[in-house]
Amino acid sequence: MKYHDKLSILLRSAVLSGCFLFSAAALPAHAMSDEEKGYEIAKKSDLSDSGFKDHKVSMKMILRNAQGQETTRDMRFSVKEVPDMNEGDKSLIIFDAPADIAGMALLSHTQILKPDYQWLLFPESGKVARISSKNKSGSFAGSEFAFEDFTSQELNKYKYKFLRQEACPNVPSLTCDVVERFPLYERSGYSRQIGWTDTQDFQTRKIEFYDRKNDLLKTLDFLKYKKYDDKYWRVHLMKMDNHQTKKSTDLVYDTYSFDNGLDDKDFVKGVLDTLY
Amino acid sequence: MKRILPLTCLAALAAFIPSPHESAQAGTWRIGGYTALEARTFTQDHKWAAQSDNLDLSLIVTPEFRYKSDDRTHRINFIPYLRANNVDAERSHGDLREAFYMYRGDEIELLAGANKVFWGVTESQHLVNIINQTDLIEDPDQEDYLGQPMVQIASQRDWGKISAYLMPYFRERTLTGEDGRLRAALPYDTQSNPTYESSAEEWHTDIALRYSHYIGDFDIGLSYFSGTSREPTFNITPKGELRPHYGLINQFGLDFQYTTESWLWKFEAIGREGMGDKFAAAVGGFEYSFYQLFESDLDLGLLLEYQYDGRDTNKSPITTANNDIFAAARLAFNDTQDSEILAGFTIDHETQDSFINLEAETRLGDNYQIELRARFIVGADQGEDLYDFARDDYIQLRLARYF
Repeated sequence: MKYHDKLSILLRSAVLSGCFLFSAAALPAHAMSDEEKGYEIAKKSDLSDSGFKDHKVSMKMILRNAQGQETTRDMRFSVKEVPDMNEGDKSLIIFDAPADIAGMALLSHTQILKPDYQWLLFPESGKVARISSKNKSGSFAGSEFAFEDFTSQELNKYKYKFLRQEACPNVPSLTCDVVERFPLYERSGYSRQIGWTDTQDFQTRKIEFYDRKNDLLKTLDFLKYKKYDDKYWRVHLMKMDNHQTKKSTDLVYDTYSFDNGLDDKDFVKGVLDTLY
Repeated sequence: MKRILPLTCLAALAAFIPSPHESAQAGTWRIGGYTALEARTFTQDHKWAAQSDNLDLSLIVTPEFRYKSDDRTHRINFIPYLRANNVDAERSHGDLREAFYMYRGDEIELLAGANKVFWGVTESQHLVNIINQTDLIEDPDQEDYLGQPMVQIASQRDWGKISAYLMPYFRERTLTGEDGRLRAALPYDTQSNPTYESSAEEWHTDIALRYSHYIGDFDIGLSYFSGTSREPTFNITPKGELRPHYGLINQFGLDFQYTTESWLWKFEAIGREGMGDKFAAAVGGFEYSFYQLFESDLDLGLLLEYQYDGRDTNKSPITTANNDIFAAARLAFNDTQDSEILAGFTIDHETQDSFINLEAETRLGDNYQIELRARFIVGADQGEDLYDFARDDYIQLRLARYF
């Protein structure tokens, strides 16, 4: 499929969803197709997070091999929201540990269906290098997370299909919509994903990832949600289990800070060599 | 004079350090750095008189002190570097890699002190990268640099970042001592001062300008430098030693990268006047990556670059990168130890003398890193660029403890 074909589908679905959002209250739910319903659920979840402007958080990545041996990486993560849903957010990750890669920084400008723009700062030389973002399905920093798990969470990077409603995994007291999503961007390592989103706060509780052969590859559990400013839910523990390699990665988040006054100038290539 | 400079920098820096009573707001100090042991062994006996065949051992200590105010407006970096070596007294040396104060406002960035600045995109050679002097005694690959004293003013605009540099003091290139391997047939005159074209000698004020930006998949940089050449020519002294001479040059630089899919297309070019006739030089090529090779976690990058240099080396500083082809493979393991191997060679397609380079590194535990480097010179006959170093093949092992 050519890029502009995809774009036109995307625009069409955006227009369609606008209509449905407008009329959803008036129409009984069964009037929507499963695809439209899936998109609406994902959109509601996406919107429940929007308007935060920017956030900063420190996190610890705990990598476990099949024998259970652990290694850890510390990093700081800042994100600037781009309100236009047809543009991706901008993010900056700075590593603090292990010590030999301290100061290494990755700047990403997420695109919707084009490859993302990414630059890497090598602190020892001060070199800032543009890197290829084609490697969507490759491991992020040796973890069980792929690059696409971080950079491809934009609503319009997928098409959706509603499957069913059931009790939420990890929080049985809540009801979850179970929605299947199919990557629209090229070179994803996944044929599909199945996500559980609760119907109360619209937060993702679990995702199953299926590889290109459609075998279950990984499960991601979202734990320890906290609400900030009475508005924004943020997860504080993500556990990714790889069922094929038996390796796992935990992401343990510190306290988030919102609305730090970050602007586009904090997320340009030229800022990288001023960071460290 | 060069022994005093670091102290001067330090004193200048101290004036900027906010005292705990005055500072309007708190900030964070981060302390890091590493210490390393390095062993280098040459696979053949020495070629030139007075050179040593002993196992070459070094101890390296480089603590890092970094301050950042909470609003990220003020930064201070202080990074001294020390190497002690058992063979070559010139290799036992110290430097201030970084010792600066930086102010970052909404419209403008200001930096004063010693810093390192990197320009360029290519792998095999760093043609446009001119701010910092090469710390050649560290590694013949010319990827180590001395801290350059400067005042830098920069501004980030929607249309790119523009930087201006004022450099009041010149750092001379570090050169191998008489005992050391990896030197020319005649020893360098490391005792007396170099000669300069400028009557101000090392106090000539150099200036530089830099513009860099990206548009879609293209990254572009333009640069201009006017001042003392970082590359010396050599005159033979009555004692039969090579004494470095630094002339004045003007240099324009262009660097460019196009990133698409698995391809990185890279190009750098310079035009230079001064120290001989005007000339142009360029290096360009690509890096192509195979991701998740054979469905493993391995990424394999293949690199190919061509080096052209139009200079007349009878008048201008010597270069080996005149008609050379560089080819290399980079294997990234994407494991928790960030293991990586780079293997490559540079061959002069006219004389066939070539330089083979192998680098491998991995992390041990959380804080140790081990690195292997091996360099071989092949087919360097008399009269060819690499002839003087023809017996200087070596293997080097380094263990570093990071803090």
